[in-house]
Amino acid sequence: MTDLTRLTAAEIAGLVATGETSAVEVTQAHLDRIAAVDEQVHAFLHVDTEGALAAARSVDERRAAGEDLGPLAGVPVAVKDVLTTKGVPTTVGSKILEGWRPPYDSTIVERLRAAGTVMLGKTNMDEFAMGSSTEYSAYGPTRNPWDLERIPGGSGGGSAAALAAYEAPLSIGSDTGGSIRQPGAVTGTVGAKPTYGGTSRYGLVAFSSSLDTPGPCARNVLDAALLHQVIGGHDPRDSTSIPAPVPDVVAAAKLGASGDLTGVRLGVVTEFTGEGAEPGVMAAFRESVEALAKLGAEIVDVSCPHFQYALPAYYLIAPSECSSNLARFDGVRFGLRVGDDGNRSLEEVMSLTREAGFGPEVKRRIMIGTYALSSGYYDAYYGQAQKVRTLITRDFTAAFERVDALISPTTPFVAFPIGARTADPYQMYLADLFTIPTNLYGGPAISVPCGLSEGLPVGFQIMAPTMADDRMYRVAAALESTVGTFTPPAL
Amino acid sequence: MAAISREEVAHLARLSRLAVTEEELDTFAGQLDVILQSVAQVGEVAAADIPPTSHSVPLTNVLREDVVTPCLTPQEALSGAPDAEEQRFRVPRILDEDVAS
Repeated sequence: MTDLTRLTAAEIAGLVATGETSAVEVTQAHLDRIAAVDEQVHAFLHVDTEGALAAARSVDERRAAGEDLGPLAGVPVAVKDVLTTKGVPTTVGSKILEGWRPPYDSTIVERLRAAGTVMLGKTNMDEFAMGSSTEYSAYGPTRNPWDLERIPGGSGGGSAAALAAYEAPLSIGSDTGGSIRQPGAVTGTVGAKPTYGGTSRYGLVAFSSSLDTPGPCARNVLDAALLHQVIGGHDPRDSTSIPAPVPDVVAAAKLGASGDLTGVRLGVVTEFTGEGAEPGVMAAFRESVEALAKLGAEIVDVSCPHFQYALPAYYLIAPSECSSNLARFDGVRFGLRVGDDGNRSLEEVMSLTREAGFGPEVKRRIMIGTYALSSGYYDAYYGQAQKVRTLITRDFTAAFERVDALISPTTPFVAFPIGARTADPYQMYLADLFTIPTNLYGGPAISVPCGLSEGLPVGFQIMAPTMADDRMYRVAAALESTVGTFTPPAL
Repeated sequence: MAAISREEVAHLARLSRLAVTEEELDTFAGQLDVILQSVAQVGEVAAADIPPTSHSVPLTNVLREDVVTPCLTPQEALSGAPDAEEQRFRVPRILDEDVAS
């Protein structure tokens, strides 16, 4: 019998549509898989068994009634715990929201439900999406299915690990500085950061509002595109949502899978292909560039001189926005309240609540942001970072006059051992060296597996112009058609 | 030279409403110093005449029709509150605080 957890999302949807299998069977197979392996992997913070089976039954009933189901109906999906889910716990990986059951669905989750997908549960993440290893989750780390002693990336390590462990065929992540792409890279899965404003932030617990972008994660490029199409598009409840249709990413993925890139110009970012990356990562990247050239792509070198300042600019802008956004966690409207003994003042209770509820990385970022925004330092730090953001955007704009897309490794290094970078916070930040420029610019980027280094997956990043998300899917699918997909050792 | 002192970190913690411990102050002072010295690299960029970017989407004044749409009931809105009373969020006392602090 076919192992339903090994199928692609497109295959599952096809089998459910023709009635060869039922959504309930598919869902039960994934719940069984979670029960079998998640104790080792810890990809999930909450498994919604009853909700998933009820959603699956509903899909089967609609199909039996002859309803025309969407392209992903009956396909299970795991959702990063940063998105609100009505009545289902949403913690953002933090103690400060432990036990909170939101009274409303985020737009992404609402669209997933409307499309007939089946939400299996909520995935683990670095607290408030601040981190690159999922070790900063208040609920313990997620482990990489390729090597359980290594990190699965972050902040969306749970969403990526759930795919690599065959616990779900699709998952949702959010990318503020690389939190979809970097976990994708180190787990051998596909992660796409859509154009900022191309996917709704309504119901996404805010970290850095000018950067946060929810997006799709999958084990192959076409599945990611199918999910992107379902969750993307304008949302009037998000004032930064772009009022334009989603580029046809599914058609682009199918076009790319034909393996023909004739006429496509790709720019290798020279700043990211020097000494910044491990030799094994660079070797896999170079081989993939040659493979793309064989498919007809024209490869040129492109210099983006301000990209080297993206990391410091990001670690001023994101903490500044975070220090403001996280002020809402004050022990009044939701979540934890500590020290309310009837004698302490509101301010004392707030300070005790935040002290007890936030982990060290969140505290560090709140304080860095508070510092960067304070009078006397504002111009030198936050103000200057915003100017650097302009220059990085100009680098992208100039590059896209010469090439259709930019390419680089997704991460400088493969999955590192758990505990290797927690002692020095800045070492952790370097994991996002190559992914951050895109966030500051606001364009789309995707990570697709391109090879192995020391037995661990290497990610290939494709960055495209704003609202040209289809372009990166075409190139990613073409690369996948020649290098294939990568399967971790059995758990 | 350190970019930030232990006293400054204590001040930041107060501004951030974080009741940090003495131990944390020691740890954070060192860590924030490393981070601030690293991010100070943005100062190397000649950008005096460059306009700042706060946001990548050039949308301004996004408005909608002023119409009533379904929303949360008071019970739903209060469902996650640590404390509620008479359909309101109940908070610890806010008066009698030392205004000078």
